Amino acid sequence: MKFDIGVILASGHEILSGLALTVLIWIAGSALGLGLGFIVATLRRYGGPLVNLGLAIPVEILRGTPFLVQIFLLYFGGPFIGLSLDPIPAGLLGLTVYGAAYYSEIFRAGYQSVPEGHVEAADCLGFGRIQTIRHVLLPEMALIVLPPAVNMTVILLKETALLSLITVPELTLTVQAIGSQKYAFLESLFVLALVYWALVEIAGQLGRLAEGYFSRYRTART
Amino acid sequence: MSWKLFSLLLQASGMTILVSAFAIVAGLIIAIALSALRLSGNRLALGFVAVFVSFFRGVPLLVQLLLLFNLLPALGISLSSLSTALIGLTLCTAAYQTENLRGGFAAVPPGLIESADMLGFTPVQSFLRIKVPIALRLTFPTLISEAILILKASSLVSVVGVIELTKMASNLAASTFMPVELYAAAGLIYLAINQVVTLIGRFAEGRLPGTGVPAR
Repeated sequence: MKFDIGVILASGHEILSGLALTVLIWIAGSALGLGLGFIVATLRRYGGPLVNLGLAIPVEILRGTPFLVQIFLLYFGGPFIGLSLDPIPAGLLGLTVYGAAYYSEIFRAGYQSVPEGHVEAADCLGFGRIQTIRHVLLPEMALIVLPPAVNMTVILLKETALLSLITVPELTLTVQAIGSQKYAFLESLFVLALVYWALVEIAGQLGRLAEGYFSRYRTART
Repeated sequence: MSWKLFSLLLQASGMTILVSAFAIVAGLIIAIALSALRLSGNRLALGFVAVFVSFFRGVPLLVQLLLLFNLLPALGISLSSLSTALIGLTLCTAAYQTENLRGGFAAVPPGLIESADMLGFTPVQSFLRIKVPIALRLTFPTLISEAILILKASSLVSVVGVIELTKMASNLAASTFMPVELYAAAGLIYLAINQVVTLIGRFAEGRLPGTGVPAR
């Protein structure tokens, strides 16, 4: 068997463009998912039982089904219900909605971790709802929310590889295409695995740095 | 969607369940073996386990499966796509389960191990009869959530040609032009299987004996 990694590395700039799209979709999807997840968790907290139930159902469906089935439904099924999206927007939308379901559960657990007394104290001090969220709930739950949120963000990075199956020209699709052009499948997949491995390790390290930074919010717990 | 199509999906979900169940059980056995290596304290063993866990948790499962499918034939090993998929899924979940078991093993009270030493247990006996049961009991909830993750991850073996629920749904979607109905139905079946696994987990959790180790 012939194994020549140079064949793949010769296409460096193509790999970089695939990598750039992977990172871009990942960061955009995570940021949008984080925002949407926060909105969902907040609506579930303040919106009353009906809103809570109405949001719980889609969240459970998104968390209980494979991401692959979700993006297939969106990309191949979408045009049949009047939602024709190009691969990149479809991938970004799929990743955002999928991530939002998990992030919303993380924020929900965060909200629940803040003692009710602190919220009542804020009420007594005349804080409005948004002020309470901004100055009491968010800082108090930051440390609870951060580790699982970092974890989920790293999972989303790995999930972006599935977008190659709906022809988003991200890292996996790009490197596989190079592999078949040069007839070097094994080499291309080795490079691919190493690049993801490095990305995930870097993302994990950044997450730990963020946790260290936010630990200034750590308060004495009684 | 006709009952005929839905029953085809149901049949294919048998393969999904089979593949996931195999991976979970085989992955658990490998994870216990890797935990033993980790607890041995041998530097080489520690390094091996650390790299194994980091690699299989750090690379997308899709890439792992594609790599395995090209690697095995290049090494002169020819296996069916089902066997290769089983190996890939098992190795991946083994890495996650090793990491899950880490906390369980750390929580085994050292006093129990010392008592076992006193009673003349060999290290292998005290590992298999004391540490493993306690670690498994303590990490049982994470085993159930891992089972659900693997059920969902098993959809990826469709990419390498195993005809399970997702692959059946895409095949039928391509031939009937009803992707919305078929993928939605497949999603519902995944949801139903996951609910059943969750319920079984809760039921079993209540029935398992305690370990006497205080929860952390």
